[in-house]
Amino acid sequence: MTDFAITPARSQSRTTKIGLRWLLYVILGLFALYYLLPLFVMVTTSLKSLEEIRTGDLVALPRQVTFDAWATAWSSACTGIQCEGVKPFFLNSVLIAVPAVAISTLLGAMNGYVVAHWRFRGANMIFALMLFGCFIPFQVVLLPMARMLGIMGIAGTIPGLIFVHVIYGLGFTTLFFRNYYVTVPAELTKAAKVDGAGFFRVFWSIFLPLSLPIIVVSVIWQFTQIWNDFLFGVSFSQAGTQPITVALNNIVNSTTGVKEYNVDMAAAIIAALPTLLVYVVAGKYFIRGLTAGSVKG
Amino acid sequence: MAPILDIKNLYKNYGSVEILKDINVSIDPGDFLVLVGPSGCGKSTLLNCIAGLEPISGGELHIGGQNMTDVSPKDRDIAMVFQSYALYPTMSVAKNITFGMKVRGVDPATQEMKLQQVAQQLQIEQLLKRRPGQLSGGQRQRVAMGRALVRDPKLFLFDEPLSNLDAKLRVEMRTEIKELHQRLGASMVYVTHDQIEAMTLATKIVVMKGGVIQQIGSPAEIYNRPANLFVADFMGNPAMNLIPAKALANGEGSRIEIERRDGAPIVLTDTKNRNLPEDVIIGVRPEDIAEPGHRAGQVAQEAECMVDIVEPAGADTFVVMQMGGKHVTARLHAETSAEAGKTQRLAFDLGKVSYFAPDTGQRLN
Repeated sequence: MTDFAITPARSQSRTTKIGLRWLLYVILGLFALYYLLPLFVMVTTSLKSLEEIRTGDLVALPRQVTFDAWATAWSSACTGIQCEGVKPFFLNSVLIAVPAVAISTLLGAMNGYVVAHWRFRGANMIFALMLFGCFIPFQVVLLPMARMLGIMGIAGTIPGLIFVHVIYGLGFTTLFFRNYYVTVPAELTKAAKVDGAGFFRVFWSIFLPLSLPIIVVSVIWQFTQIWNDFLFGVSFSQAGTQPITVALNNIVNSTTGVKEYNVDMAAAIIAALPTLLVYVVAGKYFIRGLTAGSVKG
Repeated sequence: MAPILDIKNLYKNYGSVEILKDINVSIDPGDFLVLVGPSGCGKSTLLNCIAGLEPISGGELHIGGQNMTDVSPKDRDIAMVFQSYALYPTMSVAKNITFGMKVRGVDPATQEMKLQQVAQQLQIEQLLKRRPGQLSGGQRQRVAMGRALVRDPKLFLFDEPLSNLDAKLRVEMRTEIKELHQRLGASMVYVTHDQIEAMTLATKIVVMKGGVIQQIGSPAEIYNRPANLFVADFMGNPAMNLIPAKALANGEGSRIEIERRDGAPIVLTDTKNRNLPEDVIIGVRPEDIAEPGHRAGQVAQEAECMVDIVEPAGADTFVVMQMGGKHVTARLHAETSAEAGKTQRLAFDLGKVSYFAPDTGQRLN
């Protein structure tokens, strides 16, 4: 490198540089505090007794840590007339989210593979329509979907909710996989065809093994969407099939007598834990997958 | 002997755009056919049509005497090497090579045997466990060749397999491919835009432009007797000199006059070619203009020429002159006495010149 290659137009003094750097840290720190404060209040409140909440300070640490509120939230808090905690609803959410995520990801991968590598007349049009599906607001599909589920005989059931989430997620998952697969050279498909591989063989043997980063993106996205969904959950479920988001709402809204803030907070944290867990486990792949542009081969 | 590949009146359209027009090519077993032309001339499309990766819009295609027009790629008994090598990125080299056999259900023992055979042949035994991403360009190239070789097909197809390599490696691999062809005696179709690759590898060259075959012939035919101005200009480096000239019939043959910037025209007498039209374009290879006494052919005609530029290139020295309003390059020997700005006596080998009609571009002699 030559000496004159990089010469700043006006060099800042060392103290100004350090000062600016510290200012940056302070501002970032303040933002971090601002965002973390609600979580802090939630966690501390859930660990306090009702007595302490009533008398103490909102942001103070608990004087005596107790997990009673967590136990209540999990197994005996009242959601309307029944008092079984969030446990059965948590299970419902798992039963809805896991198959829905798996099915929508797999179908999205196949769709993306077809749209990107098995071009047919109207492929672009179909892809555009699927993209359009990503932008349809939830509220618009509520009534037609209710009618659909009724006709199919799966209204109010868990398979019904899985169906709704798969349909609604397909636009996104197709988009993810299509954009990932267009970076795979077309010659790879051609080579496999000459080698004698057919449609599914090429998909299983060549495309799926390449797809880990984008599968992670799709799983995180879909899991977060489906787990956190409230509108579909409240519209298309009935007693016994409600997801945890609906249960959380019921716990918070159906208290009689004293409002049990600690139980509400504990239930909210329980409801949020799985998505947090997914991010912690797969987060680094998420960023990598979003930025993955090229497949070297 | 029945041709191994026979293409009859092949057409290829994308919508209303004609990509390939009335292609007729046939090659015998053991031939090395090179499709050459500038980018966008349809040579790669033609190769894809032969492979069955692109459906054809009209005509017929026979491989090994069987009509393969509507047969899918896997049943055509072909193997193909791609420009980007197209190695399966998640599979090891060994898996890449055996993938085709695995798909066709060849038993594992045979797979292993063939794999070892090919690996030995290409000297890639030590690479078998690696992934394509861990290989250099030249190694990937070998693996791609291995994947084709292991198939032992009727016909090998190569789609610009050397264009991603650096210049030195390209020349090495070129020699290796030629050696491989000689050793196997296999039939090959090879696409390139590099006319030197075409000349060095082919037993038969197809020059294409705009989806139309310009000329089919052996490398020598293409080089010495180009069918039209396009082929003359495309094949050869430096390109053939194409000089506008006047041809006048006289007793001995044709009197060729080439205009010069200053002074009288160069006058050459061609005793071989009569009945030329008055306006012609005369095509002379740079090596057919030499100093008297060097390399001059039997029908050499000498003339004084003003040298504009001298370009030493090691083995040869190129001198550039002005004739008929065009730059004309001559390939002289390395120790030439030619100097820029001075006149030099040069011999034109009229035994090897080509004449073209200026309006149609077609060859006249």
